[in-house]
This record gives sequence, structure tokens and C-alpha cells, in this order.
Amino acid sequence: MSDIAIRVEGLGKEYRIGAQQASYQTLRSTITDAFVAPVRRTRKLLSGQAYGAAGLDETIWALRNVSFEVRHGEVMGIIGRNGAGKSTLLKILSRITEPTEGYADVYGRVGSLLEVGTGFHPELTGRENIYLNGAILGMTREEINRKFDEIVAFAEVEKFIDTPVKHYSSGMGLRLGFAIAAHLEPEILVVDEVLAVGDIQFQRKCLNKMEDVAHQGRTVLFVSHNMAAVQALCLSCCLLDAGQLVMQGDTEQVIAAYLQNSATLMKLVPLADRTDRGGNGAMRFVGIGLYDKDGNPAAVGQTGQHLTIELEYTARETSPRAAVIGLIFSNIHGQRLFSCISRYSHAEPVALGGTGRVMCHIPRLPLVAGRYNIQLWNKIDEDVGDDISGAFSFEVVGGDFFGTGKIYTGSSGDTLFDHHWTFDAQSDR
Amino acid sequence: MTAATNTKPETAEVPSAQPSGLPSLPDYHLRIQPSKGWVSLKLRELWEYRELLYFLTWRDIKVRYKQTVLGAAWAIIQPFFTMVVFSLFFGGLAKVPSDDVPYPIFSYSALVPWTFFAYGLQQSSNSLVLSANLIKKIYFPRLVIPISAVISGVVDFVLAFSVLLVMQLVYGIVPSINVLFLPFFFLLALVTSLGTGMWFSAMNVQFRDVRYTIPFVTQFWMFATPIAYPSSLIENDLLRALYGLNPMTGVVEGFRWALINTDTAPGPLIVVSSLVAVGLLVSGMYYFRRMERTFADVV
Repeated sequence: MSDIAIRVEGLGKEYRIGAQQASYQTLRSTITDAFVAPVRRTRKLLSGQAYGAAGLDETIWALRNVSFEVRHGEVMGIIGRNGAGKSTLLKILSRITEPTEGYADVYGRVGSLLEVGTGFHPELTGRENIYLNGAILGMTREEINRKFDEIVAFAEVEKFIDTPVKHYSSGMGLRLGFAIAAHLEPEILVVDEVLAVGDIQFQRKCLNKMEDVAHQGRTVLFVSHNMAAVQALCLSCCLLDAGQLVMQGDTEQVIAAYLQNSATLMKLVPLADRTDRGGNGAMRFVGIGLYDKDGNPAAVGQTGQHLTIELEYTARETSPRAAVIGLIFSNIHGQRLFSCISRYSHAEPVALGGTGRVMCHIPRLPLVAGRYNIQLWNKIDEDVGDDISGAFSFEVVGGDFFGTGKIYTGSSGDTLFDHHWTFDAQSDR
Repeated sequence: MTAATNTKPETAEVPSAQPSGLPSLPDYHLRIQPSKGWVSLKLRELWEYRELLYFLTWRDIKVRYKQTVLGAAWAIIQPFFTMVVFSLFFGGLAKVPSDDVPYPIFSYSALVPWTFFAYGLQQSSNSLVLSANLIKKIYFPRLVIPISAVISGVVDFVLAFSVLLVMQLVYGIVPSINVLFLPFFFLLALVTSLGTGMWFSAMNVQFRDVRYTIPFVTQFWMFATPIAYPSSLIENDLLRALYGLNPMTGVVEGFRWALINTDTAPGPLIVVSSLVAVGLLVSGMYYFRRMERTFADVV
């Protein structure tokens, strides 16, 4: 036997669009379909199989042409944005759903952990749920007996073990769920975003447990949005985007590519289709993006570092008109922090027309780590042309604002400004 | 597995690191690919998951009467009071014949297996939809779900059945040697319940119409089964055998024959019933397995 644990070859999964709104059909529509389908199927065959058929039924490929190999004992991370196909891939590998095309060879028993506490019954006690959930995850009764105490201790629910789970706090339920799953011992473990459970302390514990598992020589496929966790656990990584495998290799490189990739994707967030806007439409913002000081797309801002906010616009008139551009920054509570208004911070009058770009450069971003919203507005000939209050939201990561080599980690207030200190110590000699 | 990990030096140093939970199967190999057409029943895998079946059944039993005042008494109340109503209206007022057996025990002996069947049908039909969260998050042979739903009704059956025994004492009806065949008739009810349950549960995933059809089907089926009246009303032997197309006819008449000595000896009728029941089960399982591949996407 080779040392391959999982070999995925041209794997694809097609979903019918709209399946989410009406996941089950009515009998009538199916009976109608029964008469229509054969005709459709014939057409499908004539038009050259699946590719041609995609246009007939509205379908979407959640995963397409994905091939990779995982060796025994390897811990592989799978990263990608939401909707990239990560969960679909895990669902196929754990046999919850069938692929539409391609295949996967799996050498060894697969244990999957896509959710903690699957099948918990609120009326049953913690003890009973351990047995139930254990059985659902594929443990034998004897195995659960053996690990029972360990599970209870790990979940820190000793006192409540004979209390119905419906009386548990949500944190306790999650802890118990994770504790059971963490004691699963399959040869291949497939894990979806389950570390984001409970409080920070427990998350740390979960991560440690996962590290243990990873170092036991088990094969692990690990999906997470937590790059630190992926970095800590995985030597190699797969990057999925829009259902395709974009990159596979060394974790560091793949993560770097992912961050770059998501920044590229963020290059321009379209605003043209926004309807939650005011103004007379003399000028509309159609896109917004963030860039660092070298002009590279940035996924996030960093405290004290250069940030350029680029706006794309379309004006109704092609001839230049007097224009004012305004950006208002607010925190997640909707509290306005500061604004950048061209009328005041740009000395010369501005005239804009046709389509173009406006760049607002902030040399040292005065925001502390957190999430912020930007409101955009403009005035053309002193009339409001566009006004989008929640136009854009972005993340700021911590950095050195004061040039002291120290990263600001304070939590009093959202903004920073320049200041300095003098100290005049009086001492009796 | 063993051979593979040993080639890696870092794992070879840690012998305890061998996954110990599942039996080490060095050649365990599985190909995951789209299934086409009719698929195998994978009964062996079903057997491997018997512990899950046990736990799900246990859960259903345990949870069933939680937060009810009367608890397991419900298992007796339902068939018993149906019997009382039947005895008053059909036995008392309408004077429906009862094969020369006191009407109450005549109808109750039929209601006991019928209640088991109807309960199993109803529970299993809704079982997949109710277990949607499991189906979407974890793999196991899906057949476990409707099967456990049916089997969990056995406890209720035993309770209701014990009342039947008490009634036998009260009426002084001693079963003959025929009682030895009782397990067969019980099995027939079980198979019928499983078969229909599989059809309905798999259909229910696709068409929620099924859910609203079940109470109606159950009611209709109940009157199509000789519960309130004897099948001996039909005198033509051939027609009687055809009556066995409803497998519950065979079950009910079998129960009466085995327990209260009615003159409904198993003949062609029971053969027909058994064949139909097995047919239902096998076709139901194949239909279920065929639909299974889409459960997680559709449910």
C-alpha cells in the first residue's frame, strides 16, 4: 500500500441554484417535471453532456476539477474565502454528499467533524449525550466507556453530567461537543471550522488538543479561517477559490498567496448596484478599494501605516464640474470618528466629470485595531450627487503609530493622534 | 496504515500514536464517486453501524414520554380507548360480528399490532426530515434512521400487549398452541412498517406533501384492515386471499388466530400478506438507497 491517505481526482459538485429557497419540491411540480425531463435529458445528450446541460437547469459548480493528494500522517489545511467550496469538499470526503464528477480514493477510516454536538438531544443528560453523540461520530460503546472520564474532564462539566443538556449554557454545550469529538480516533480526521468555539481560554485548549492529534501521526484535513491556527497545525495547505484548487503547497506560501489573493479580489468593491444611497445622481461612486503605500491592494489597514482609499466614479456630465468628495469614518457602533473632506484638506478647487478615480491618502492611519465603516458622499455644484452611508467596511490591524517601535494595544478610544511627552522629575538631592 | 506510518521516522518513534479507536485495517480503501442507477443495499455496513441503531432507538424511547404527565401510560391509553370506542359503537350499537369472541378483546387484539404498525409508519416517515441536522453533518447509513424509528415502537407494543394478556385472563381465553406463531405475525407487522416507512421517509425528503398524507393514509388503511370487523365477512376464499394484499390483514388475523383462537387459520391470505410485506421492504430499501444520495442536499 502506498503512503497516500487521500487522493482526489477531478472532483466536482454541482448544485441546482434555487435549491436553497425551495429545497424540496411539491408533488405537482415533480409530476410536471416528469413529462418535461425526458425531453430535456434527450436534449442534454444531443448537446454533448454535462457542459451543455448547465444552461438548461440553473446550476452552479460548488467544486470543479479539484485534484490533490494527502499523505498518511500529513496535516493539511484548506483555506479560501466563504463559498470557495471548502465545506463542499469536506462533505464529499466525509461521504455526506456525493460528488457529481470525479472521485476520491480514501485509504483509512474517515472521521468527520463538521460541527460540534451534532445530534445532541436537549432532553438527555450530558452523560447520555456523550454516548449518543459518540455513537453518531462512529465510536463504539466500549471506546466511549474508556474515554468517558477524560471527555468529561476536558469539557469541564463534571458537576452537570447528569443534568439535561437543555439546562446547559451554550458554552457548556459546545465544550462537551468538542470534548467528545476531540476523543475520536479515526485514521483520517476531517475538521471544519470548529475551533471557534467557546471562550478564548477554551479555544486555546481546543487548539492544543488539535495539535496533539496532528502530532499523533493521524492524517488531518483542516478547514479554518483562523490563519494562526492553520499555521500552527498544518505543514501544507490547499487554497480554494470559486470551487477551484488555486494552489497547493507549503502553508506559509499558500497563506501569503491567499492574503494577496483576497486583497486582489478586494481591489475594487463594486458600489454601482447599491440602492441604499441618496443624492441627485450627478456623480455616482461605482467602486472603492484599499491600497498600501506602494500602491498594492491591501486587504486591511494597519495602525500608523499608509492607507490609500481609491474611489471610482461616474459623473453624468462629461465636462468638469465643481466637486467636493467626502469620507466619514465611523466605528462599528455607528459613532463618527473623523472625516476627510476635499474642500478643507485639498487647497485647490476640484472639478470632475466623466469617469475617473479619486484617491484619498492617509499617511499614518490613526485608527486602532478594529472594524470601521466609511460613508461616502460627493457634491457637484454644491448639490449632493451621491451619499452612501454604509458604503464600505474594513478591518484595521494593530501597528506602530508613534514610531516608537511599539504596537498600540490600548483600548480606550478608536483614534490616535500625534503627541509627545516631557518629563521634569523633581528630586531631592 | 501500520506499514505506511512506520515508513515515516517521526511517527515510528511514537508507537502509542497509532490510531487505536477503530480496528486497524491496512487495506481499508474506499472510492468516493458519483453513484449511478440502482445501488447495492450495503447491508454489511448497516450491520457495522448496529450500535448507532441501538443508540438512536434508545434515544427515541428515552425521549418519547419526557415531560408528559402520563408517561408510558400513553402507550396503553391509545389502543385501549380506541378499543372502548369501537366496542361501544361497532360492537354495541352496530352489532358488528366478531367471530364469536367478545368484541372488546376481538378489536383490542387487532389494535395492538395495528398501533405498533401505525406508529412505526408515522415516526419513520418523518424521521429523515427530523434528523436533517444529522444527515447534513455526518455520514452513516441513512437506513439506520427509519429503522430505529420503527424499532423504538416495540416498547409501546410490549406495554399494550401486556394489557392484552390481562384481558385474556379476564375473559378466560387461553391461547392454543397457535401462539407459537405469534412472533412470525409480529415480524410481519415489523416488516410492513419498515417497508412502508422507507418508502414514505425517502419520499418525504423530496416532497413534504407526504407529511400531510400520512394521517390520512393511516386512517384509510385502518379501515381497510379488519380491525373493527372480521375478515370472515368476506366468504369467497379467493377474495379473502386477495384481502391479504393488505399485509396488515394477515397480521391482524394472525394475531387473533394465535391468541384468541378465532377461526382465521393462516392460509393463502397469510402467504399473500407475507409476500407483499417482503416486497414492500425490499423495494422500499432499494428506493431509499437510490434517493439517499440526494438527502443531504435536499433535506
